[in-house]
Amino acid sequence: MTAPRERAIVSLRSAPSLPRHVRIQYDPVRLAFAVLAPEKVFWPNDISLDILRRCDGQSTVERIIADLAADYDADPQDVADDVIAFLQEWSDKLLVKL
Amino acid sequence: MSKALLPPIGMLAELTHRCPLQCPYCSNPLELLKANLELDTRTWLHLFSQAADLGVLQVHLSGGEPTLRRDLEQLIAGLSARGVYTNLITAGVGIAEGRIEAFAEAGLDHLQLSFQGARPATTDRIGNHWGSHEKKLETARRARAAGLSLTINAPVHRHNIEEVPEFIDLALSLGAERLEIANVQYAGWALANRSLLMPDRAAVDRQADIVAAAQEQLAGIMTIDFVTPDYFAIYPKPCMGGWARDAFMVAPDGTVLPCHAAQTIPSLRFERFGDRSLAEIWTDSPAFNAFRGTEWMREPCRSCERREVDWGGCRCQALAIVGDAAATDPACIKSTAHTRMAALVDETRRSKTAGDDAFIYRRIGRDFDGSYNPRR
Repeated sequence: MTAPRERAIVSLRSAPSLPRHVRIQYDPVRLAFAVLAPEKVFWPNDISLDILRRCDGQSTVERIIADLAADYDADPQDVADDVIAFLQEWSDKLLVKL
Repeated sequence: MSKALLPPIGMLAELTHRCPLQCPYCSNPLELLKANLELDTRTWLHLFSQAADLGVLQVHLSGGEPTLRRDLEQLIAGLSARGVYTNLITAGVGIAEGRIEAFAEAGLDHLQLSFQGARPATTDRIGNHWGSHEKKLETARRARAAGLSLTINAPVHRHNIEEVPEFIDLALSLGAERLEIANVQYAGWALANRSLLMPDRAAVDRQADIVAAAQEQLAGIMTIDFVTPDYFAIYPKPCMGGWARDAFMVAPDGTVLPCHAAQTIPSLRFERFGDRSLAEIWTDSPAFNAFRGTEWMREPCRSCERREVDWGGCRCQALAIVGDAAATDPACIKSTAHTRMAALVDETRRSKTAGDDAFIYRRIGRDFDGSYNPRR
């Protein structure tokens, strides 16, 4: 099997973005934000949504962690663990670009 | 209904039954509709707008071959304007210069391209269209160049199951984000050709191992979705996510259906968009309510702990094999007809000597016994 691409690994300097086939859409019928992807619809919780919204291709993971720790008044190390695990999982599913 | 009716999330729009390919496992009905019965642009746009109002978030634009509709750009733009996610499901043969770019421009979110084989000779033979493989490769390149994300769809059966590793390589080489290895579902034309398409158990087992290993190895590189074959299963799939539960489809003439093969169930009458609104059909249509939820179930489904996992499986398969659309899907080990599935696999093995030329190729106006009847 030839693999012309490599699996991306999250680092603090990654600047994640949403690929073209993934978008966040407010659903006025269900009054919730949905993440739309090929053949899939996700209903992210508030924290997941806050992470995904910051995946603008500009903000680094380090910056995203600092912002969320401030917004949620939480321990940055706990936030870092959650954010990195979340982004790695979504990157492995090709739903976030690193 | 014991529970509140939820709005639909997904819709499959079969814009046309016309197609340059003649795949013998097509999920379209055996009685294909001619072009003059297709909804016009205005009606599709009206339907899409009602779908968005109703809560539909994703529309799969399919067929037949949806790019044969000259108004496809307009239809994509209409959906896009409402924020609906658009997925184009195409055979990728004969798409005119500039159109893929126009689809992207109109807001297309994703393109799904079918390959009948990983080898050119297989693709051309299964679709009964010489040169189609090359055209598909070109479509994939053009889609990538237009910035579109790509899923490669590989419908799998006896004649290409050994090509699964090559399908994986092909999808990687085309830069696809996603590969669907989809074992053919035996409804529509696939049911008519079942004895010629059914793989044997050893090949199915090998395939499952290959796919599982590739899924692990390709994490973060390419997603592989695997649609397992019902005839070798222990439990049924939640067909369409459950009958009329969160998705539906619309045929080229506007008939609104819970699934591809629903019209094979003779006791049901389906309604057309225009005669009634989409909301009325979704909510009130007796055909949609016939197998919705769990109230319709008999034993062993009724008391089964999986009743809200697989929703009783596929009604059309129950009809095709058990002769009763309200029976448990025979793919389920709890079905009294479960052994019939294995028997059908064995029967197929005995008839394996039949040549490929015995395929009943999909064709408008063709009777399912294989004869050509231009009056239909």
